[in-house]
Amino acid sequence: MISFDNVNKFYGDFQVLRDCSTHVKAKEVVVVCGPSGSGKSTLIKCANGLEPFQSGTITVNDVSVGDKNTNLNQLRSRIGMVFQNFELFPHLSVLQNICIAQEMVLKRSKQESTERAFALLERVGLSNQAEKFPAQLSGGQQQRVAIARGLAMDPVVMLFDEPTSALDPEMINEVLDVMVKLAQEGMTMMVVTHEMGFAKRVADRVIFMDQGQIVEDEKTDVFFSNPKSDRAKDFLSKILNH
Amino acid sequence: MGDFDFSVIFDNLPFLFKGMQTTLLLTAVAMFGGIVLGTLLALARMSSITVLSVVATSYINFFRSLPLILVIFWFYFLVPLALGRPVGGLYSVLVAFTLFEAAYYAEIIRAGISSVRSGQAAAARALGMSYTQSMRFIVLPQAFRAMIPILLTQGIVLFQDTSLVYVVGLKDFLVSAELIANREQRLIEMFSFVALVYLAICFSASQGVKFLERRMKR
Amino acid sequence: MNYNWDWSILISEPYVGWIVSGLGWTIVVSLLAWVVAFSLGSILGIMRTTSSSLLRSIATFYVEIFRNIPLLVQFFLWFFIFPELLPVDAGMWVKREMPMPEFTTAIIALGLYTASRVCEQVRSGIESVGAGQVAAARALGLTEWQTMRYILVPVAYRRVIPPLTSEFLTIFKNSSLALTIGVIELTAVTRQIEEYTFQGFEAFTAATVIYSMITFFVMWLMKKIEVRSRVHGMIGSGG
Repeated sequence: MISFDNVNKFYGDFQVLRDCSTHVKAKEVVVVCGPSGSGKSTLIKCANGLEPFQSGTITVNDVSVGDKNTNLNQLRSRIGMVFQNFELFPHLSVLQNICIAQEMVLKRSKQESTERAFALLERVGLSNQAEKFPAQLSGGQQQRVAIARGLAMDPVVMLFDEPTSALDPEMINEVLDVMVKLAQEGMTMMVVTHEMGFAKRVADRVIFMDQGQIVEDEKTDVFFSNPKSDRAKDFLSKILNH
Repeated sequence: MGDFDFSVIFDNLPFLFKGMQTTLLLTAVAMFGGIVLGTLLALARMSSITVLSVVATSYINFFRSLPLILVIFWFYFLVPLALGRPVGGLYSVLVAFTLFEAAYYAEIIRAGISSVRSGQAAAARALGMSYTQSMRFIVLPQAFRAMIPILLTQGIVLFQDTSLVYVVGLKDFLVSAELIANREQRLIEMFSFVALVYLAICFSASQGVKFLERRMKR
Repeated sequence: MNYNWDWSILISEPYVGWIVSGLGWTIVVSLLAWVVAFSLGSILGIMRTTSSSLLRSIATFYVEIFRNIPLLVQFFLWFFIFPELLPVDAGMWVKREMPMPEFTTAIIALGLYTASRVCEQVRSGIESVGAGQVAAARALGLTEWQTMRYILVPVAYRRVIPPLTSEFLTIFKNSSLALTIGVIELTAVTRQIEEYTFQGFEAFTAATVIYSMITFFVMWLMKKIEVRSRVHGMIGSGG
């Protein structure tokens, strides 16, 4: 579904991604973790073209992201993205947030997009918040709306960039529960997160990044029981002692 | 200290009112045109197409480094020449003010657009919306909402700046008052009246903007 | 477009002399007005942030008056009205014997107007330093005045160098209004040249170029000052 081949990215002189190669198969759930600055957020932002990269290739659903001829807007409508800061549109209601891209990009009718929106709100447990505005919702609720907004486009893969990092602790679980359900329903997911419990529950593979490189890339149980690199061992010991 | 005769004001109210209409017309046109052109300039300035960005930045810096009086003189001289025939002062002045104000509005709007969190544009693009769609439906609405107080305040500044048409004799509120002042030898009465009127209008307008600001913060 | 170009007027007498003299007046009026504006504006700005509501009200009153009347009207008020309102002898002196009345009036009008703008910049600079800093200072036992002098003002001024520079430039641009009361500054000179020679394009270009150069120069100066005054590690000192 997604494949990264020798991806390199620079910000000016600073190299953010070094020779990153990995893949995410259909229906696979892959967790990307690592310390701050390791490049994990950048990696998934490259996958939908929000960040450019200088060399290597990234292919999503057989479409090359870096190719000049690719229609990025169309590609992006097939990739769902959930941001750390939710990024709901504050001047639009919850319902409008979920419908706007359906109508503008997928050209669905108002009726169709509204129906889909309500179905999704039901799915994330927020059916009666449709007319509210983002500022009236809690962080956890906003993030669930953001997930619904991404799902409304019927994406083939969902990318999550630290979806729970900006949430108060008591709201993390309501979002993770939605994500777990999504995974169990067979969505292809690539998730940047520190939530190792989530990884253990639903991830098929875990990727560990450090300083722009992919250091570990293996099945979940192998990663947690027997990581190959010292850096990963070190990271795990620190993070699991919380 | 001579005698004051304020009746001169009341006797000439219609004439003064006509002058005020010109002032308000100038303000409205320059404000509207300035905001429209200013938005285009701001977008051009922020664009990744180098030519656009350079042209817009030069325009903005150019007009912001010149006194308004000089710009008025420029267009008063230039517009009839360019059109090949004499033109009423009003048109030259309208062009001058609009082009001048656009540079100031452009900076306000650019700051407003920048203040919309970059994540918003990213979220819109991530959903597949095009640059135009994300600008039009997501970024600009938020930017303008935030900018309304500053845009209005700039409008009040513009309202005061229109008095500079004095230098080309266009009959706005100030010039109308001055004409009466000179004709009737009532400088003190007329100029105090002008000052009071401007004070009243601008002060209430700025209080109005403050009120609006408070309400917008909800 | 029907126009005879003649750039040579810019390098021939008496026009060159006019331009130089006009530029001279512009610079002198602007600098002196800035001295007035900066000193008075600073005092007013501090007054607006003290705890004394009397001082605050006075400063606020000043700002509202000077900000809501167009600068041109203010010029006229000072030039035509003010002498009439003085006691007879003082008024006579101002009208007959005071040297360079146009020049002096221009400086007063421009200076007092700009002071209201400087006041607002200084005020916002002081307010931006933050209640936390003030709390820490007062908790140590510093008086309000000491807090203002040693904690707030030094930090505030560094912060407002960019907007103050902008005000300084604005004074140069606003000095052109002095032409309405008879000061033959740069803009007036170029208009005069246009009226004499009909070479408006050349004349106004000269003024345009000179004002642009003034802007560049002042911006350059500001960068120098800003770099020199940067406090190490202070967020916001980059402007």
